[in-house]
Amino acid sequence: MRFRDILMTLLIGLGLWQALVIITDAPHFILPSPWRVAQAAYKSRVIIAENTWVTAIEVVLGLLIGTLLGVATAIQLAMSKTVERLMLPILVFTQAVPVFALAPLLTLWFGYGMGSKIVMAVLIIYFPVTSAFHDGLTRIDSGYRDLSISMGAGGWNFMRYIQIPQALPSLGTGLRLAAVYAPIGAVIGEWVGASKGLGYLMLLANGRAKIDLMFASLIVLACLTVFLHITIGVLATRLNRYAQGVTN
Amino acid sequence: MTTSPGITLKGQHRIGGRVLFDADLLIPGGQWTCLLGRSGVGKSTILRLILGLETGGLFSGSFAATDGMPLAGRISYMAQSDLLLPWLSVLDNVCIGARLRGESPHFGRARDLLNRVGLSDHTDQKPATLSGGMRQRAALARTLFEDRPILFLDEPFSALDAGTRADMQELASDVLQDRTVLLVTHDPAEAARLAHQIIVMSAQATQNWPVPETVALREINAPETLACQAKLLAYLRGIAA
Repeated sequence: MRFRDILMTLLIGLGLWQALVIITDAPHFILPSPWRVAQAAYKSRVIIAENTWVTAIEVVLGLLIGTLLGVATAIQLAMSKTVERLMLPILVFTQAVPVFALAPLLTLWFGYGMGSKIVMAVLIIYFPVTSAFHDGLTRIDSGYRDLSISMGAGGWNFMRYIQIPQALPSLGTGLRLAAVYAPIGAVIGEWVGASKGLGYLMLLANGRAKIDLMFASLIVLACLTVFLHITIGVLATRLNRYAQGVTN
Repeated sequence: MTTSPGITLKGQHRIGGRVLFDADLLIPGGQWTCLLGRSGVGKSTILRLILGLETGGLFSGSFAATDGMPLAGRISYMAQSDLLLPWLSVLDNVCIGARLRGESPHFGRARDLLNRVGLSDHTDQKPATLSGGMRQRAALARTLFEDRPILFLDEPFSALDAGTRADMQELASDVLQDRTVLLVTHDPAEAARLAHQIIVMSAQATQNWPVPETVALREINAPETLACQAKLLAYLRGIAA
């Protein structure tokens, strides 16, 4: 059922695209037809695959590191009022700096390789993950807190056995956002300066007027993001079900 | 088993300058004391105060155990909401106190307690799969697992249907024998059934209410239970008016 829906949407999208090509009669170096793009994708499949692999690794590592940092920060903020008072304004302020504006600087500091793109992805997802998880950790049912105090709970044990499990659905929400943002971070990083990756390939194709290859890269990037979105979505649903104690 | 201590409390509790209550209480050791009064009079606040929880006000006065030992760590608490953690099994919920204190839980004892409250077939289930009454029985087992001489029960049966409530009263009365129990309740019938002592609370004062001469746990339909319940209800309606 779901697969059929996706297939239908895909066919409608392709139909509209083809219709646009026919109606506007745009030259193929402005708007290539789906068929042309498919041909380009097949012809350049090796180069596309290589660059997809690079971007995928950047995105996945960015997601992992960003999530770990975000989770650790949120726990620190929730454990200590002092840390929260000091850190929260700094975190909010850093959000006022557009991460894209940092891309040239990151390239300068971390080089043209994967490093700067991973840092970029980490930076872009760090705040949504921290903020969502921190929100979940602090929005604790006061009854649980009362019960724990009456039981003589220590701060870390309360965090470990009650706050963290209860906040997992909020972490899931943060991760869903992160799954969409992380590829953006990596690609922006690649645009600013890179020798590999889908963002780099798009720029390269654009510079050589191979618009069909550029479209093909774009579609692969979109597929990568959708795949990530679905995978993280499954994980987030599991976190939700776990926290609610719903077994399959 | 050592005898459970009683508790004395004398003093005034203020919230934002307004006196919430002015109380002088003796909660006898090893007995059930039921605390009644209209909503907002500060019944739960007394429990929270003695438990060391946030009350949103300032208490001037004192409270202590009758045996002169500190109260901290000797009271367990059961609220209206069962507060079972949805992600843990019933068994793990019963043991949560040990985990929270960083101790390794004694699962054998937890199973015994679950057996005692009639949940031995549900130890591995998640709370979401249990009925309201079963959940409250699991919460009772968790309270018993703490094995403390004093128990504070804050309307623990009020959300249950009438039949389940009566069952729970009987179960609690049985398993909490010889412990010092302070039960906050809105239900005159519950107090008339369970109490060794009834305290009616108003903003100005606390007063001891005569309990039936029969032994708790009393029959629901015994004439003295019904009479006590009716008088209490009439009085509570009077002070609420």
